[in-house]
Amino acid sequence: MWQILRKDLRIEWRTGEILSSMLLLSLLIILVFAFTLEPSRLRGPEFLGGLLWATLLFSGTLALNRSFLLERESGAWSALALAPIEPGSIYLGKLLANLVVLLAGAGVLLPLMVLLLGTRGLQPDALLPVSLILGMVGFAAIGTLFSAMASGTRAREVLMPLLTFPFLAPLLIAASRTTTAGLTGEPLEAVQSWLMLLGAFDLVFVVAGWLFFDYVLED
Amino acid sequence: MNGLDFLGYAYSAVWIAFFVYLITLGRKASRLEEEIRELKK
Amino acid sequence: MSSKTENRVSHPWRDAALPLLTGGFMLAALIMIFFVVPNEKVQGVTQRIFYFHVHLAWMAFGGFGFVAIASAWYLKTGSPRADQLALANAEVGLLFTTLVLVTGAIWARPIWGVWWTWDPRLTMSVVLWAVYAAYIMLRRLGRGDEMITRYAAVLGIVGVLNIPILVLAIRLWRGVHPAVVISEDPEAGLKDPTMIWTLVIAGVAMALLFTWLVSLRARFAAIDDELETLHLEGESR
Repeated sequence: MWQILRKDLRIEWRTGEILSSMLLLSLLIILVFAFTLEPSRLRGPEFLGGLLWATLLFSGTLALNRSFLLERESGAWSALALAPIEPGSIYLGKLLANLVVLLAGAGVLLPLMVLLLGTRGLQPDALLPVSLILGMVGFAAIGTLFSAMASGTRAREVLMPLLTFPFLAPLLIAASRTTTAGLTGEPLEAVQSWLMLLGAFDLVFVVAGWLFFDYVLED
Repeated sequence: MNGLDFLGYAYSAVWIAFFVYLITLGRKASRLEEEIRELKK
Repeated sequence: MSSKTENRVSHPWRDAALPLLTGGFMLAALIMIFFVVPNEKVQGVTQRIFYFHVHLAWMAFGGFGFVAIASAWYLKTGSPRADQLALANAEVGLLFTTLVLVTGAIWARPIWGVWWTWDPRLTMSVVLWAVYAAYIMLRRLGRGDEMITRYAAVLGIVGVLNIPILVLAIRLWRGVHPAVVISEDPEAGLKDPTMIWTLVIAGVAMALLFTWLVSLRARFAAIDDELETLHLEGESR
């Protein structure tokens, strides 16, 4: 698992292409939001949480889509399938690599959004990073699994969002609520149920991905 | 004949038509299955 | 390869009983709903859709469960029949979910005044529809990749895992919304015994219809698979 993680991170460190394209796309999406919805109306922090996650959903899916692309195109996929490593570990390694990228993206995006869309009424507290991490773990869990499946098909760019979006419905609801709460300084207790939901979501899907990766990797 | 009765007759007709269609599908499936059995011999 | 001694394999349940029972019960249900059952006191005529709508919803949700079971069976045994059943249940499930949404909207318009609200059950149905559609798209777009049936099976199971979490999330999001306004009137709701009968008959009819449709779809899926194998065998000779 750690080897996969290190390998992926090293590739990303050198080329930085996944992260940069993700950030660029995020910026463009924010622009789209600004153009289509009146920015002055979106000033309040209530919107910020939701917009952040909406943007991250689209750009994050792009990033996740790329995660197995390299392996598929270079033929390393079969090598992975045949290697004596446990498929579950491969999954977890990929998951963590994707998580790092996604969190990095979120970390850059958040201040950017605050800058562009207004800072009124913001009181970030510890809930903010917690919500982002919990949300991203779930996102990465589903995304890594589905990216592995979709990357084998011809229509992978359109298939990835098709598969992931419906599954992320509970995550989106919970993550937006908690991130907004984190931005407005609400205490953890206020969004307790949402946090538990996120935790449950993360647990279920990380375990599911870990268990089912056997079936995805077999050749 | 009031609206409800009309709907009743209409939907019954629709169902009967659909039913016949499904029966034809079933026959077609049986035919194809038979053909495949023949091909396999 | 062993040869069968009989020329025709007969399936009396599948080919005769199922269609006839379905046809009969559906007709009976239609007659009950449109001609026999009395109007419900509070909602009036529109309420009649409810007899179908409720069972459509049950079957749509159930279909999901069947997809998961068939998928698990497929992953465990690799039986092509399991895969075909999963596909059939998914497609018929999608059809039924679409009907749930449509009948729901038709029911909602006179009762609530709007075609759509983000009430927990409706939201749930839309997401359910999307997950079904995702499953079917995966299979369609993935044609040609031999692993695709595997992936679809994983998707089928993971989809079911998502359901309880989804229910919780939507409840938290929107609050538990009573689907029907609770009335103090002792004559409101399903009071007449005819109504109960109608409900039961409609339920049986819907279940039979679902089963018949799945059976037909699964047969055609099997035929497709057989043809493909024969085609491939022919090429490799």
